[in-house]
Amino acid sequence: MHASLAAVLVQGGQATAEAAGHFEPFYPGLIILLPLIGFLLNGVLALRHGVASATAVRGGGELDLDTGGRPATHTLPSLIGPGVMLLAFLLTVVNFTRMLGAHIEEPVVISYWTWMATGTFTVDAAIQLDQLSMIMMMVVTGVGFLIHVFSVGYMKADSGYPRYFAYLNLFVFFMLTLVMGSSYALMFVGWEGVGLCSYLLIGFWFSDKEKADAGKKAFIVNRIGDVGFLVAMFLLYVTFGTVDFVAVFHDAETLAYGGSLVTAIALFFFLGAAGKSAQIPLYVWLPDAMAGPTPVSALIHAATMVTAGVNLVARSSVLFALAPVAGATVAGVGVLTALFAATIALKQNDIKKVLAYSTVSQLGYMFVGVGVGAYSAGVFHLMTHAFFKALLFLGAGAVIHSMHEAYHSTHSHEDAQDMRNMGGLKAHMPITWVTMWIATFAIAGIWPFAGFFSKDEIIWQTAAFGGATHAPYPMLYTVYWVIALAAAMLTAFYMTRMMVMTFHGTNRTGEEESKHLHEAPVVMWAPLAVLATLSVVGGWINVPESIRESFLGLGPLTSEWLHHWLEPITAQATHIQAANLGELSHSAPVGGGEFMWALISTVLAIAVVATTFRMVGQKEIVPAAQDVELTGFAKVLYNKWYVDEFYDRVIVEPILRTSRFFWKVIDAGIIDGVVNGVGWTARGVGFVISMFQTGSVNTYAFILTVGVLVILGVSIF
Amino acid sequence: MITPALVLSAVLFVIGTLGVLVRRNAIIMFLCIELQLNAVNLAFVAFSRLHGIEGQIFVFFVMTVAAAEAAVGLAIIISIFRHYETVNVDNFKLLRW
Repeated sequence: MHASLAAVLVQGGQATAEAAGHFEPFYPGLIILLPLIGFLLNGVLALRHGVASATAVRGGGELDLDTGGRPATHTLPSLIGPGVMLLAFLLTVVNFTRMLGAHIEEPVVISYWTWMATGTFTVDAAIQLDQLSMIMMMVVTGVGFLIHVFSVGYMKADSGYPRYFAYLNLFVFFMLTLVMGSSYALMFVGWEGVGLCSYLLIGFWFSDKEKADAGKKAFIVNRIGDVGFLVAMFLLYVTFGTVDFVAVFHDAETLAYGGSLVTAIALFFFLGAAGKSAQIPLYVWLPDAMAGPTPVSALIHAATMVTAGVNLVARSSVLFALAPVAGATVAGVGVLTALFAATIALKQNDIKKVLAYSTVSQLGYMFVGVGVGAYSAGVFHLMTHAFFKALLFLGAGAVIHSMHEAYHSTHSHEDAQDMRNMGGLKAHMPITWVTMWIATFAIAGIWPFAGFFSKDEIIWQTAAFGGATHAPYPMLYTVYWVIALAAAMLTAFYMTRMMVMTFHGTNRTGEEESKHLHEAPVVMWAPLAVLATLSVVGGWINVPESIRESFLGLGPLTSEWLHHWLEPITAQATHIQAANLGELSHSAPVGGGEFMWALISTVLAIAVVATTFRMVGQKEIVPAAQDVELTGFAKVLYNKWYVDEFYDRVIVEPILRTSRFFWKVIDAGIIDGVVNGVGWTARGVGFVISMFQTGSVNTYAFILTVGVLVILGVSIF
Repeated sequence: MITPALVLSAVLFVIGTLGVLVRRNAIIMFLCIELQLNAVNLAFVAFSRLHGIEGQIFVFFVMTVAAAEAAVGLAIIISIFRHYETVNVDNFKLLRW
């Protein structure tokens, strides 16, 4: 019920003040509540704002920029939206620093009320504060705040401004519910809530049918995953009679290692995770989700919501550690997704599509991490990815913002997101250019940027896991390792290609239009600068021991801090793995230690970036309007391996056909036919019988008499 | 002893029934219904000699009901006549769907 529930484990048998302090949460409920309040306030403003807000469409419903300044309706949402986020972030920081000093070993569960009580099964509306939820809260509120600030500039000209901030605040509320809930049931509430907000924000400009359809696609594809989540949750209930994290993980030890029950639970949870985190085969919704406003893509479809699946697997580390088959599946799907999405990103021309596939690919890496039992590495990549991918998306947003205004000025209908129409933007927007290069180095895995440490950790852990004494499928993990390395090189390639096409070379926007290209206002580039800083230093919190020597000393922070920080969460899983797999390998399948392979991969990444820079720089790129159609394999990649077409043919169309059959033949034909037939029969019989009812008294009297006589006759004779 | 009374009752009842069936004038049909009722009354009284006083008690009930019926029935017939200026039942087919 209270913080006192937190059983503080005494380290070394001695209760010293530093080693086992008491963690005193500081208004943790308010962290969740603030975005909800923001949603309600902004929602009221959006409703008052009324029709203009509801019919907003980019282009059509846009406010007139020339009137100067922002409209009065925008003032309050600009204060409320980022304001509640700032407060929530500050509260999170206070709680985080308190937990830093406390060294708690058990999660702190704060229960507010009983949400549902049915017989022996109860679920409390409770939040759980532990090392994992703290990291997630820091990412969600911190990156979320920056993106809210960016949105103030980006959405300035949109007449749906209050509605936008209402949705964004609501999203953060649900996301915090997802990461802070103390049971799978509450997590599911957040899980569905963020799905709803994702749908609302993808279809934010809903009067454009394509965008509304993209929202629908995201929602429907996610439903498939949600079934998995639900089934897994039901299985947990049937097995343990509870869905509370603490109780489930406590009882999970009783399950047999590699047993079919725990494997089924883990796999069903992974189905849910694959839906939310856009993994094969359910990744198709994420690229389409780019139809939403760009800050939304940054917040929901890059930094936070799509990492919910990784959070789920990391949270359920005990279950996945008990199910080696599920672990291998998670890592396998992850590594395949990482490679597959990277190949598609090679040939995309829409700047947001490149980033979307890049996100899918990086999420794949996170799943490789949590799949090979390196839960802290997965969460580490989740965190660094939130920094550099949010930065990339916001940078792309700044570019699109500038391009859009350039084309708006001449009323041109060219695509403001097509990189073929960009080029040479570094002269116009230097800050965006520099910050996006930082993010590119980070995602490409170049030392000492954040992505290097997290991605390399995952790749290394794959090799180490495959080489463990009793590794379940050593060859399989070797393959994973090779694919992960290859996909990292592809990442470096497509990101450099994107940067060159956008910022370097000659400008292809158009002569008249290019005069209107400009750097983003301070409210937009300031978040970029903060995220750029984080993209550089974010990786330094978890430097592996073996790399540390080569790393200029940054104090004790650098030495696998995050790994140790998450130990209370992962200890149980690590213990299970150590008992069943034996010791992890200290060399890669083809020899070489962690430091050597880190060096190889960063050198390779630098080489790929440099080569791509020259290669793409020399190639002549023509504006989208004059571009020729691709042929051969490039066309296959450009068309995303035709997966959408394949799904249409194999799943969507048969379902449509079956539905139409059930509608036209079964429902309208047979069922309606039977029902109507009964009705018609009754009416026909009634019509015939009504002939006897003449209305003539004499007839009635006659029939009555005859009837009496007949009855009398029958009873007498 | 009671046979003649029962025969008379039966004759009266048949006359009444036939009257209801074959006549078209509502007043006549009404009179015939009264005739049927009274034929039954006669039978009741006749049987009361054999089976005790209950038959005669029943007759009072029947007469009461017949009086009430006469009042309501005649009122209906009068209002029908006022409206249509006829009491020929062939003209009235209202008792139908």
